[in-house]
Amino acid sequence: MTGFASVLDDAHVILCCGTGGVGKTTTSAALALAAARRGRKTVVVTIDPAKRLADALGLSSLTNQPTTIDRALWDPEATAPSTGQLSALMLDVKHTFDGLVQRYSDTPEQATRILENRVYMNLAGALSGTQEYMAAEKLYELHDSGTFDLIVVDTPPSRHALDFLDAPDRLLRLLDNRLFRVLMGSTRTGLKVASSALHRLFRTIARAAGPEVIDDVVLFLQAFEGMEAGFRERSEQVVALVEDPATQFVIVTTPRTEAIAEAEYFADRLADDGHTVAGLVVNRVHPEFGGPPPELARAWAERVPDSPLAEHLVNLADFAQVAARERALVSTVGDRVGAQHSASLAFLPSDVHDLTALRRVASALLAP
Amino acid sequence: MDLDRLCTSRVVIVAGKGGVGKTTASAALALAAARSGRSVLVVEIEGKSGLAAMFGHDELGYEARDLAPGIRARTLTPDDALIEYLQEHALGRLSRRLARAGAVDMVATAIPGMKDILVLGKVKQLERADPADLIIVDAPAAGHAVTFLLSPAGLHDAVRAGPIRSQADDVIDLLTDGSRAQVMLVTLPEETPVNELVDTAFTLEDRVGVKLAPVVINGCLDHAPPDVSAEELADAARAADLPITPSDIGALVAAARFRAARVTNEREQIERLARRLPLPQIQLPFLFTAAIGPDDVRVLADALAAPEPHG
Repeated sequence: MTGFASVLDDAHVILCCGTGGVGKTTTSAALALAAARRGRKTVVVTIDPAKRLADALGLSSLTNQPTTIDRALWDPEATAPSTGQLSALMLDVKHTFDGLVQRYSDTPEQATRILENRVYMNLAGALSGTQEYMAAEKLYELHDSGTFDLIVVDTPPSRHALDFLDAPDRLLRLLDNRLFRVLMGSTRTGLKVASSALHRLFRTIARAAGPEVIDDVVLFLQAFEGMEAGFRERSEQVVALVEDPATQFVIVTTPRTEAIAEAEYFADRLADDGHTVAGLVVNRVHPEFGGPPPELARAWAERVPDSPLAEHLVNLADFAQVAARERALVSTVGDRVGAQHSASLAFLPSDVHDLTALRRVASALLAP
Repeated sequence: MDLDRLCTSRVVIVAGKGGVGKTTASAALALAAARSGRSVLVVEIEGKSGLAAMFGHDELGYEARDLAPGIRARTLTPDDALIEYLQEHALGRLSRRLARAGAVDMVATAIPGMKDILVLGKVKQLERADPADLIIVDAPAAGHAVTFLLSPAGLHDAVRAGPIRSQADDVIDLLTDGSRAQVMLVTLPEETPVNELVDTAFTLEDRVGVKLAPVVINGCLDHAPPDVSAEELADAARAADLPITPSDIGALVAAARFRAARVTNEREQIERLARRLPLPQIQLPFLFTAAIGPDDVRVLADALAAPEPHG
């Protein structure tokens, strides 16, 4: 196992992927902190940090703009190179989307029409992938600003690992689909069949949910007319940034079967898309204490029944057993993801919710 | 806990943040209920959760299948529910094509909560039509769970008439009738999961009006080995003629300290949860394994249905 130093030194973007509950936000923040300590000007984009960690990072509300974190908090011994800087921001999906609409609308009136449309207002909550899309957009904005050496993104927790990469396409498909063209009055013969199907769909929706729903959809699509090209161009830029060799993927997982299965799925999907996994972080790993092997410890325990020693022997055997099972699981995923760097972070007795604890995690990530 | 106290409604919706063992709790409840003679249907909202593997089976599908004696399980994804709804409402085979063309995304976007209400509507339909004594719904991970359960109220406000409105009203009736449905929240004895559970509980009570079942706390170590010194352990080993080396004793002490630190934190969090949320708690043991299998589910079901030590 090698530490993450070279990834932190060379990458321009680090995308942390993983399912919910594996410590992705903490890992992202710790990687950013470690990079800052190595002299890089770093920003971490978080999605939904636990409140106390957010407070520790100075993110008491959705900021959507990078907040610089006081150097004394992440480098109290003042040992990091002076070039190092640490900033954080919490993604505000709605605000980011509004910014995109404003950027690509031809006139302020068009922007207002969209921003006030009921369908648009629902989009962020209802269309799966919007959060991912806006995270990608935010990443691009930060990259484009030229302010940071390294951008670490805590990708939204998703059931389907790579929604983050697919997200821009989903919105484009929505804007670009046949519905759009049919409603915009296209008369191309190839659309006739789709058109009749759509009319039946609309009749059904109108009956089910009221005709105003259809009006909203039509107004929404009309409002977006002409913006599609801008969105597509932007989406291509985001995809190019993600595909740039200086963009690295780090998979975050825990040594549990389900989480490992997801990590493997992630790695396979990344490989299919031609990406490599630069790092693997396994959180919540049980420590190994050494001593007798579990079977022997249990056999000894049976020779001193109902004694404190027996309880201690069984306790040690239990932990040795879970550590061995975790090791076996992790070794297969390590080979499978082909990660150049991996780190196992010990199960901590309490949550990481201040910068002192985060500094410890950062050091563990850098340990060779 | 006495299952009659736990299963006071036919529908139990199991909810919690990702990684807290929601599916494990669903599996344990299913097995405990089946053992008590109830027939159980487990409904998986998000598809692949590992529930089937916990009973030694492959993935689940949209059709219910037997997982164990008295336990059937199926999936119920929002996309399936929407397509089924469109099919039942005169769109027939076109539904899948429309889904592929993105039209269904547009519908779901135009009517927020549409997919959720269809899933819950399907749950309500199962409540009416399925023969199971107990229907366990493994809900989407929270905060999705909150959005999911708030969707009927949102639709009730947004849609003034029509089948979607009456569907929403029916689901609200189901969710607000504690004799028909309850939500069982699951957490871990750790700070962030406890905070999130408390927030979710108050939101669900205040805004959905749903009855909350006892809270399940997964992964409890419960106690550490007795606090005895290294010398006492070494003496006991010598007395029993066990060939224990000083480094073995060091390992025993380190493992005990590790566990004691976690137990201390665990107790603090369990007490904090009790102070902040006046609901009965069910503690399920930490399992020293990396994959939950049928044997583990049996252990958890025993713990779930175990008589309470106090009150």
